[in-house]
Amino acid sequence: MRITQGAFSFLPDLSDEEILAQVSYSLDSGWAVSVEFTDDPHPRNTYWSMWGLPMFDLSDPAGVMYEINRCRQAYPNHYVRVNAFDSSYGRQTTALSFIVNRPAEEPGFRLSRTETQDRRISYSISSYASNKPSGERY
Amino acid sequence: MEVAVEQNEISRWGAGVIPYTKMGFWQPDYEPKDSDILAAFRITPQANVPPEEAGAAVAGESSTATWTVVWTDRLTSYDHYQAKCYRVDPVPGNPEQYIAYIAYDLDLFEEGSIANMTSSIIGNVFGFKALKALRLEDLRIPPHYTKTFQGPPHGIVMEREYLNKFGRPLLGATIKPKLGLSARNYGRVVYEGLRGGLDFTKDDENINSQPFMRWRDRFLYCMEGVQMAQAESGEIKGHYLNITAGTMEQMYERAEFAKELGSVVVMIDLTIGYTAMTSMSAWCRKNGVLLHLHRAGHSTFTRQKSHGVNFRVLAKWSRLIGVDHIHAGTIVGKLEGDPNSVQGYYDTLRLDKVAANPVRGLYFDQDWASTPGVMPVASGGIHAGQMHQLLHYLGDDVIFQFGGGTIGHPMGIAAGAAANRVALEAMVKARNEGRDFLLDGEAILRKAAQGSPELEAALDVWGSISFNYESTDTPDVVATPSF
Repeated sequence: MRITQGAFSFLPDLSDEEILAQVSYSLDSGWAVSVEFTDDPHPRNTYWSMWGLPMFDLSDPAGVMYEINRCRQAYPNHYVRVNAFDSSYGRQTTALSFIVNRPAEEPGFRLSRTETQDRRISYSISSYASNKPSGERY
Repeated sequence: MEVAVEQNEISRWGAGVIPYTKMGFWQPDYEPKDSDILAAFRITPQANVPPEEAGAAVAGESSTATWTVVWTDRLTSYDHYQAKCYRVDPVPGNPEQYIAYIAYDLDLFEEGSIANMTSSIIGNVFGFKALKALRLEDLRIPPHYTKTFQGPPHGIVMEREYLNKFGRPLLGATIKPKLGLSARNYGRVVYEGLRGGLDFTKDDENINSQPFMRWRDRFLYCMEGVQMAQAESGEIKGHYLNITAGTMEQMYERAEFAKELGSVVVMIDLTIGYTAMTSMSAWCRKNGVLLHLHRAGHSTFTRQKSHGVNFRVLAKWSRLIGVDHIHAGTIVGKLEGDPNSVQGYYDTLRLDKVAANPVRGLYFDQDWASTPGVMPVASGGIHAGQMHQLLHYLGDDVIFQFGGGTIGHPMGIAAGAAANRVALEAMVKARNEGRDFLLDGEAILRKAAQGSPELEAALDVWGSISFNYESTDTPDVVATPSF
């Protein structure tokens, strides 16, 4: 399966040049870019690990690309996403987020059903990979 | 001087009928206070009624007055409670019509009650014989009143953070056929649409709890589809479970059940009324469930330019009442919607400070005082081939809903959903890269279709479909291109 979180997961994986274009757009929009990684891609896992702080003072897209590539080299089999943060009044939230690295194999999620009363079903989903400890999953 | 004033007082208070302009409802020198609620009415007076008198009559009937002088006014500070018509402008190009501006004191309205506000401002006055027609075009709601309302249960920012979806419009589809599917088959359409790439699927306005499909069965099967699609995509998904019902008790019961099953969203129709909407908004805030509003029935009073209530007013009431989504027009689809007016609605729903803009039909500056924005929904006769136009006109904070444009796809529902998602992501990516995506839209879509047979098929079937009819309702001011 292919996890389709992020803004561009239905397109072919972005090339470095295409990532650079999105980073440039984000910086031109006044957003701070950050890089995050995880081996627990559960849709409710909000807090991926931060690859350093958001690069508030970095305005050179090449510098951002350098950090993206360092993170991808350090975690080649993790999910890595690039976020752009809009700190302007009234937003103060993520403005763009897209995946730039994913594991070679994506085993996906198990959907568990627990039948309760009156035909109700209690659902939970868990990543097949997360049966193993963090760091040994992919 | 003393005598003259005395005579005026007598004529104002003598028994009988006197013009509204003489009763204090026409005050051309009045300067509206920051805390006043301001209204712009389009009035069409009867032939023998001067426009100032017609405007004063509207002010009178929508505030303190009745048809004749009553001495009991003198037991009140009547000049405080009287609405004041302070300006009447002729409508360019239409000698019958005028725009009357009326100021209402804050004290005239109960806090947090759209039912009360509408009973005053659009209560009796629309049947008034002295007018051929009357339309409420816009309201200026001051922060003093805005802050007495809860507002959207979540709002655009919180919804995006909750759903973990950023930087692109959201995608939905309404399940079709609207009526007749059994619950089990209905849930299949939900599942296929969501697994194919949609963020949301939707009950239609008239799906409530009919003999062919009772609400509880529908909720169970739909949530099975939602949960499976979440597991297959790793994304948060939702189906707008319509909880509209005949009584509040039934609506609460349905909303509770939707919440228990893990639905992130429930849906109501405008037909339930302003008070019921307000109650469900409070329930949704309390229970952490998004609230989708389908504006069923609105065209009965929003569509005709001479009479009724403009949708921008309904949009303001809905933002005050508090909904997270509202259908607000597509521009390019099958339903009524002049481009400038629709963009005005979107501004009204999404921005915090909205400047008056005659081209977009906005009569007043509107300060929302940090009330969260409402996510507009574009739905009705739109398809993947229009993606560049939709993104250009409507921007990022919007839900594009393709019903027939998903479910009618020749390769199936999931393929239809995938086609829309690929088209959307390709267009957002191209825009961010600095492409002139409105001009190059078709080329961008065809390029994206090279990697997506689903999109290619969608473009082949619908690429040339458009709905070009003249709008019945447009702003009076027409934008003139400047070169």
